[in-house]
Amino acid sequence: MLDFPRWKRVWICFVLACGVLLAIPSLIGETQAKRFGVGFLPRINLGLDLSGGSHILLEADTADVTKARLAAMEDTIKSEMRRNEIEIGETSTANGRLTFFVRNVAQVDAAVDKARAQTHGIGATGQRDWDVTVVDSNRVVLTPTKAGIDAFINEAMTGAVDVVRKRIDAMGTREPTIVRQGSDRILVEVPGFDNPAQLKALIGKTAKLEFKLVDMEADQAQVAQGRAPVGSQVLHYENGAPIAVQRRVIISGTQLTKAQQAYGQNNDPTVSITFNGEGARRFGRVTQDNVGKPFAIILDNVVLSAPRINEPILGGSAQISGNFTVESAQSLAIALQSGALPVALKVVEERTVGPQLGADSIRAGVLASSIAAVGIILFMLVTYGRYGVYADIAVVLNIFIILAVMAIFNGTLTLPGIAGFVLTIGTAVDANVLINERIREERRRGRNVVQSVELGYKEASRTIFEANATHAISGIVMLLMGTGPIKGFAVVLLIGIATSVFTAVTFTRMMVAGYIRRCRPTDLNI
Amino acid sequence: MRLLKLIPDNTNIGFVRLRGWAFGLTALLTVIAVIAVAARGLNFGVDFVGGLSIEARFDRPPPLDQLRTEIDRLGIGSASLQQFGDKRIVSIRLPVPKGADEGATNAEVKNVQNTVKAAFPAVTFGKTDTVSGKVSEELTFWGIVAVLLAVFAIAMFGWVRFEWQFGLSTFVAIMHDVLMTLGFFAVTQLEFDLTIVAAVLTIVGYSINDKIVIDDRIRENMRKYRQMDMRGIIDMSVNETLPRTVMTSLTILIALTALLVFGGHVLRGLSLAMILGVVVGTYSSIYVSSSLLISLGLKPQPLAAPKVKASAERMPTEGL
Repeated sequence: MLDFPRWKRVWICFVLACGVLLAIPSLIGETQAKRFGVGFLPRINLGLDLSGGSHILLEADTADVTKARLAAMEDTIKSEMRRNEIEIGETSTANGRLTFFVRNVAQVDAAVDKARAQTHGIGATGQRDWDVTVVDSNRVVLTPTKAGIDAFINEAMTGAVDVVRKRIDAMGTREPTIVRQGSDRILVEVPGFDNPAQLKALIGKTAKLEFKLVDMEADQAQVAQGRAPVGSQVLHYENGAPIAVQRRVIISGTQLTKAQQAYGQNNDPTVSITFNGEGARRFGRVTQDNVGKPFAIILDNVVLSAPRINEPILGGSAQISGNFTVESAQSLAIALQSGALPVALKVVEERTVGPQLGADSIRAGVLASSIAAVGIILFMLVTYGRYGVYADIAVVLNIFIILAVMAIFNGTLTLPGIAGFVLTIGTAVDANVLINERIREERRRGRNVVQSVELGYKEASRTIFEANATHAISGIVMLLMGTGPIKGFAVVLLIGIATSVFTAVTFTRMMVAGYIRRCRPTDLNI
Repeated sequence: MRLLKLIPDNTNIGFVRLRGWAFGLTALLTVIAVIAVAARGLNFGVDFVGGLSIEARFDRPPPLDQLRTEIDRLGIGSASLQQFGDKRIVSIRLPVPKGADEGATNAEVKNVQNTVKAAFPAVTFGKTDTVSGKVSEELTFWGIVAVLLAVFAIAMFGWVRFEWQFGLSTFVAIMHDVLMTLGFFAVTQLEFDLTIVAAVLTIVGYSINDKIVIDDRIRENMRKYRQMDMRGIIDMSVNETLPRTVMTSLTILIALTALLVFGGHVLRGLSLAMILGVVVGTYSSIYVSSSLLISLGLKPQPLAAPKVKASAERMPTEGL
């Protein structure tokens, strides 16, 4: 038990040295680490509550995704049936499924075949994303399957994460975290950023840009009641005034290559956009045919403006004016440039910590940890003397090793994490208390020095194992179930439990063994 | 050097003798805790009820009444104000605007901040939290699941490693600790948020740690002294582990007190909950879980009837 072969001692010292070295970059901070040429080593990240910043949880409107897919399928079916000369009646997308009549019963089978050809298999199971069935002999019904809906949402979310990332990157903020959470959420964390309103305005905007011709024939009285002629629809201006526009899209945001903030004729902020070749040609053709008529610039189904086409717009560029400030024009430009969100996102949770509070928390956390450490170190010293010193060295090493492990895994230290740290310092010495008390006890029962130490470590180790195992269970539960602050706390707690076994048991045993071999004490002052 | 010994050698306190009294005290406190939770309820933070919370730091303690009137004048629901240990820091809590999108919430936060700033120009805003009703329901659900799961998992561990009596008594003791903590938060009306759930889970972890140490010793002594009665064994085990119990609770209390005093107001609730938990957890190790072992009829097994189960466990080797 007290035998420590040389290779074992070298190994323990090596691990401890690595721990201390790897902890240093996190302790001295980024700039200092770079100065000493160790900027490449992993460092611990500071959580938002310490660095200040914004945490925003976005939720996708999943019903919206299915609705969009239904509309897309409706268009596809219509053109597909037209192409194959299958005459169909009015289509309907009510109740979350697409229904249409086939006028000629003889063509029903062909219609089903064509519709089926538009569905896709999902994954390995070969399940289709749409179910195609026939009811009442001539009505074809397309229903999205459960797997299909999941796949639509998944696709939309993957796209949404990309778009959000592009938009935040375009703002030039540093090291944002953008991760998918669950099936329909995106977590955005931007450190050191204290303008959450601008951030939300930017990532919460769908930014679906469309140009459509204004329907001049529509009856104004009908439009006021929200009714538009066939092939048109009623939209609203920002101030709520209704306007009828044709359903057909002249050109949309997917065809633009560049969007940037600019100034209009009256020096008011605008967004200038440039379309790609195909878009420019189409825009030119439509404007040529409709000189003198107005067209609507629509953003997320709201009409920003409806300027009159004075002359054909052939260059493929346009200016969008509205009630913009420089800031809102800039964020619209970024949003347009990054493309529309495939699904509308809603903020369901938002936490912002000012940089001042973050700095205060770090200071308070470091102060509390230091005082706790010094208090415990003194207490162990006066209680266990030499063995207390060993335990104290173990505690200090443990602090370094926890930091090193966190740095290696690129962990994030949060304020509750600091609390976990302080608690770990407190519980880590528990192992040494158990060992030392057991040694005292065995000594009292009349065992000799070596026996007492051996038995003390042996008996206490079992207890320490059981105590740590149960402690770890609660830590794992916190890690799996917890969110935010609970997770940060659990990570530090779990790492601390694991590393403290090494420092508080293995390391101190090596020290005690070395001391006994060197000095051969006849009594233990413990 | 003379070393400090908090507990003299061969201390022998008759813990089991006081069992009846302790049971009465435990029952009384438990009833108070249940009544407090039922009658006053917990002062849930926005994490669990949804809403928005703005933390404002003033240059000197602000008159709360005036602050409340200022915010009430906005007509966005009644604000609940709460001061932390530092009277200059006030947490302003408001319900989320009805049917709100981000725009409305943003405007509301700005609105409140501007109003407060107009009345108290020296104010700064530390942090702002907005949690929607849906997210807060999920956080509540998972918080409860986490605590229950942790307690069950640990009780199962006690059952597998020891005997079923240990698992059950530990389970009861831990539920007692959790209830006491909830009762404390109900009585003091301190804000109960996500970090407090972390604190409760830590209390569960600490308390179990303490119980395992004593249970481990009880098991060891049951095997050593097979003729002794259960009361004697428990008294002996609790006394033998007493120096460790006192030392460990003291070191942890030192750490937690440092956190409470110097850790800043954000960690105040967390540290307070854990300090309480350490005290309650230590008490329940002796008077709830250990005492319950007697009531559950755990007895040392005479040598003549060796237990099949025991042989599968790690036996501490006797003597050297």
